[in-house]
Amino acid sequence: MTYTLFIILLPLISFLVLGIAGKWFSHKTAGWIGTLALAGVTALSYYAAYEYFFVIGRGADGAFAPLEVMNFCWLPFFDQGLHFDMGIMLDPISVMMLIVISTVSFMVHIYSFGYMKGEKGFQRYFAFLSLFTMSMLGLVVATNIFQMYLFWELVGVSSYLLIGFYYTSPAAIAASKKAFIVTRFADLFFLIGILIYGFYTGSFAFVFDTPEHIANYAQAGFILPLALTLMFIGGAGKSAMFPLHIWLPDAMEGPTPVSALIHAATMVVAGVFQVARLFPLWVTYAQDWMPIIVWVGVFTAFYAAAVACAQTDIKRVLAFSTISQIAFMMVALGVCTEMQTGHEHVGSVGYMASMFHLFTHAMFKACLFLGAGCIIHAVHSNEMNAMGGLRKYMPLTHITFLISCLAISGIPFFSGFSSKDEIITACMAYSPAVGYIMTGIAAMTAFYMFRLYYGIFWGTENKELHAAHHPHETKVMTWPLIILSLITVGVGIYTTLAGFGMFEGYSFGSFISADGQDYRIHFDTSVALTSTIVAIVAIGVATWIFKGERQPIADKLYATFPRLHRWAHKRFYMDEVWQFVTHRIIFACVSKPIAWFDRHVVDGFFNFLAWGTHATSNGIKTLQSGRVQQYALVYLIGTIVLILMLLIF
Amino acid sequence: MNFLSLFVLIPLLMLLGLWLAKGVKAVRGVMVVGSSLLLVLAVYLTVDFIAQRAGGNTAEMLYQASFTWFEPLNISYRVGVDGISVSMLLLSAVIVFTGTFVSWKLSPNLKDYFLWFTLLSMGVFGFFISIDMFMMFMFYEIALIPMYLLIGVWGTGHKEYSAMKLTLMLMGGSAFLMLGIFGIFYDAGGNTMNILDIANHTGGASPIEFGRQCIWFPLTFVGFGVLGALFPFHTWSPDGHASAPTAVSMLHAGVLMKLGGYGCFRIAIFLLPEAANELNWIFLILTGISVVYGAMSACVQTDLKYINAYSSVSHCGLVLFGILMLTTTSTTGAVLQMLSHGLMTALFFALIGMIYGRTHTRDVTLMKGLMQIMPFLGVCFVLAGLANLGLPGLSGFVAEMSIFVGSFQNADTFHRVLTIMSTCSIVVAAVYILRMVGRMLYGVCTDEHHLHLTDATWEERLAVICLIVCIAGIGCFPSWISNLISDSVAPIIESVKQVGPIVSSCNPFM
Amino acid sequence: MNITIDYFLILSAFMLGAGMYGFFTRRNTLAILISIELILNAADINFAAFNRLCQTGIEGYVFTLFSIAISAAETAIAIAVMINIYRMLKNNYVDELDTLKW
Repeated sequence: MTYTLFIILLPLISFLVLGIAGKWFSHKTAGWIGTLALAGVTALSYYAAYEYFFVIGRGADGAFAPLEVMNFCWLPFFDQGLHFDMGIMLDPISVMMLIVISTVSFMVHIYSFGYMKGEKGFQRYFAFLSLFTMSMLGLVVATNIFQMYLFWELVGVSSYLLIGFYYTSPAAIAASKKAFIVTRFADLFFLIGILIYGFYTGSFAFVFDTPEHIANYAQAGFILPLALTLMFIGGAGKSAMFPLHIWLPDAMEGPTPVSALIHAATMVVAGVFQVARLFPLWVTYAQDWMPIIVWVGVFTAFYAAAVACAQTDIKRVLAFSTISQIAFMMVALGVCTEMQTGHEHVGSVGYMASMFHLFTHAMFKACLFLGAGCIIHAVHSNEMNAMGGLRKYMPLTHITFLISCLAISGIPFFSGFSSKDEIITACMAYSPAVGYIMTGIAAMTAFYMFRLYYGIFWGTENKELHAAHHPHETKVMTWPLIILSLITVGVGIYTTLAGFGMFEGYSFGSFISADGQDYRIHFDTSVALTSTIVAIVAIGVATWIFKGERQPIADKLYATFPRLHRWAHKRFYMDEVWQFVTHRIIFACVSKPIAWFDRHVVDGFFNFLAWGTHATSNGIKTLQSGRVQQYALVYLIGTIVLILMLLIF
Repeated sequence: MNFLSLFVLIPLLMLLGLWLAKGVKAVRGVMVVGSSLLLVLAVYLTVDFIAQRAGGNTAEMLYQASFTWFEPLNISYRVGVDGISVSMLLLSAVIVFTGTFVSWKLSPNLKDYFLWFTLLSMGVFGFFISIDMFMMFMFYEIALIPMYLLIGVWGTGHKEYSAMKLTLMLMGGSAFLMLGIFGIFYDAGGNTMNILDIANHTGGASPIEFGRQCIWFPLTFVGFGVLGALFPFHTWSPDGHASAPTAVSMLHAGVLMKLGGYGCFRIAIFLLPEAANELNWIFLILTGISVVYGAMSACVQTDLKYINAYSSVSHCGLVLFGILMLTTTSTTGAVLQMLSHGLMTALFFALIGMIYGRTHTRDVTLMKGLMQIMPFLGVCFVLAGLANLGLPGLSGFVAEMSIFVGSFQNADTFHRVLTIMSTCSIVVAAVYILRMVGRMLYGVCTDEHHLHLTDATWEERLAVICLIVCIAGIGCFPSWISNLISDSVAPIIESVKQVGPIVSSCNPFM
Repeated sequence: MNITIDYFLILSAFMLGAGMYGFFTRRNTLAILISIELILNAADINFAAFNRLCQTGIEGYVFTLFSIAISAAETAIAIAVMINIYRMLKNNYVDELDTLKW
């Protein structure tokens, strides 16, 4: 399967070509180069998935085994036999990620033809998209933690470049800087985690099942929880977990397709992917530390959902919804307590549920973002008050957006239903408290998504703005929406039916489960029913409050809880807290004093030395007066003194 | 005639050629021919060196040659190279080559400028090929003196002050160094100045007593450390770099500061292994401070050159840090960091010089939106910045990771704490780099004087692209150079580790 | 009257003292030169006097002659210098001649 190398090489080549020679290409050529490369990647990824699951298939023990396609030493380290390898490893989750990334990225490429049309820097945009796709693909096929870290940094930088794509806008500059620095700060912990991991286990590789490695891990068992938690902090930064989430809402300053690709579907789930990748170690050695993941996830999910209810910028709503949904995936991983799958092992549902939700979420969230992009493209504003009543102008966008909203709310026969249901089942098995909290948050999700939906497509229409702009849809931009919503519906119907016992052996869990065995998804009726009812009630409430032209209830709610609303709108002032820490404490109390100290104390000391030498010589030099008679007098006195001394002694 | 001596001979011939040259064109011609020859020679040396190693030549130093120069003190002209010096020679050749193009349009007195420039590079090349302590010291001094004139005459700002400060501080360092070198010479029996003989106790050299080593180690380490921007002897660096003309900053930060790290390793660690084990904790603390402190100071600077100078303090601190950690990986990483820092800081200074030459200011707060006006320089500047903050695929990442992984092999709390402290610098680096890039390049240009500036000329593009290719080359394919370096580092570190159980008995933190 | 060596010595001591006093106190370079001549002549007198009294040869006289010749040459040079100084400074006061000190 060496051809999988081209999955990474194609976008790399496209990046180099567009990056170096881009300015000599026309917009169209540049776009085609990028898109064709991505088409190739998509085809290869699908073929690789087919080959991995159906041609190579299950091993003797009935599990999908990791397949190391290639691996070579990229940078040797010379102690302890450590080495930094690069390679390609295929296993169920990396294959799934290949499909997610290539599909969404391909859709985004097509969509960008319309969205970025006539934009200055079109070639640069496609070059960065290629760079991002390359790094993300490299991340998911990594054979070792260090390779993951390398591509992790690369996705960070491509995210930085893409957020700052409109580099003339101050908000975009600030947002890109913030995104990079916050994730870099988290990556510091990731790096320290890797160092600990490498030192104590003697290897960076993702090989958890050979006897030799098991012995090494067992030996390092005492420190592994610390290493894994540090790496989790890195993952939390990338996946925007509280309190490191602050960069993601601001990252919406980038072009909307970028938000769809990077900040909804792929890069932000890298943290979840990382935890899933190291999951065998978590379960075996750091079981006691896993509540950290659970509670960070639960709190983030709740916090983000609460904030999403009060945002008016549609991309910000989607951003907080992304944070909340990723937190769902994290929680699902955290509540997974064993690796063995099978009907009696409810403990292992979480892993599968998390990956499942990652997959479905990528599709419908990308669709939502791309839909939001169409809307923004049409009305030239991100604010909900510039919209309202758009269903007449943009029917296709309306329908696809509705489908995705239903999916994220967890309505049966839409993809989000099955995956969210599995997550809540897993939570219930772990602890009913977590299960109920997550159900509540799922209700909040349905509520704020429909608040958004009604705000955009129903509600009060901003007539004068619409008269000026004539909102309309562009064909090239609606195709990706249709495809993604078809996937959402198709996957939804398929998995819902599978959950009721059809398609034995071909449900999502058959391919991806904690130990690679065939896991049969079956709905737990009580959970499925509860969450469906809760979702429908939440949608009903949203409809009741936000559907009308005038919204007396909403206004009254704002009037009743003004402080709560303001706090939620301001994201509970988390940004301000960070701002305070960085600017007032680190900059003002550390950097400035250090710089002052350097100039005035350290440098001052050397200047003092110089000054001291200078002053001393100045003092001495007055003896050299230039008066001959004075010299002679000194000479005479000297002579007399010497003679006297000779006479006396 | 020894092959390595060409590295000194070519600059000498260049000096002669420059002296005879009439007119700007002839001067440039001599420089281009000479520096290209040096570059070719360095590349050839690298290729041949790797081939010889692959062919099984395991001698400690290759291409050795020697002839006696001053009998009574046993001083010889003695040359030889190992993997570390080969990579340093390659770096120097690249920097000299690009430096020539960066100074293409310098005025006034281009000829005199290039004369001193060439003399400086001769000192640098000579330093890296010598294996005689006295020769090393002599070439070191040859490299230092032209710096004074280059900054004092062709510099900007407080140039006299900076030139004087730089020269005096470095001379102060070399005074320590001279003491150290003669101390080593006499304590090793006074029969040979040859580094290899002293290290291996051959050729009439006897082992140096432990107590005496502990005197000479700090002297030599500080002596070279001043040049390697060791805290608190680094303050010449911001002022010196800020005042120096572009190519001199490049050569200085790119190559001359590497003399410090190289010397620390080659003389202080290699010749005084017991003392290195015993006393390295003091210097580890100092370099650990350098790393964080330099990065933190860079955060609040507004002058481009000061930002880069402080970032150099941080990165060079990492070089000495890696060396002092005394593991093969970290020391290899340190040498890689020397290479990487040399290339990227040269790139940075080159770009800063080009931008300064156009905008006539280096204050980041006074520039805005330059990306739109000079896209080529802007993009390269961003690349240089990303290299500086350790982006994978560019050389900084490789070097930093080697240093961190290597340092982490020391399993006690003291080393661990320092390692983790120094890893923090990668976050701070992101802060100051992005802050600078964001302020200067992005946004909309509002200064009307800046609106009509031109992008880079061909010779500037050539220099910049050459450096970027080298940076990306090391960043993408690091293993050959890493192996080349570690081949030579490993035996030295082995011997240092084997000298005995005296490991930092005086360290209060362990 | 028997002229003993004491007379010579007293004379020369007086000349030496006067010369030194003049050397240290006069501002005018010409006066200083004259003072130097006095000092030298004091030494010459001593040479001649001791030579005559000790009856050992003619070395003392020879040295006296040397000394006179040298002081003549020196005077010539000194006066040449003074003339130049005078041309530059429009005076020849020794305390204003301190520009070469640092």
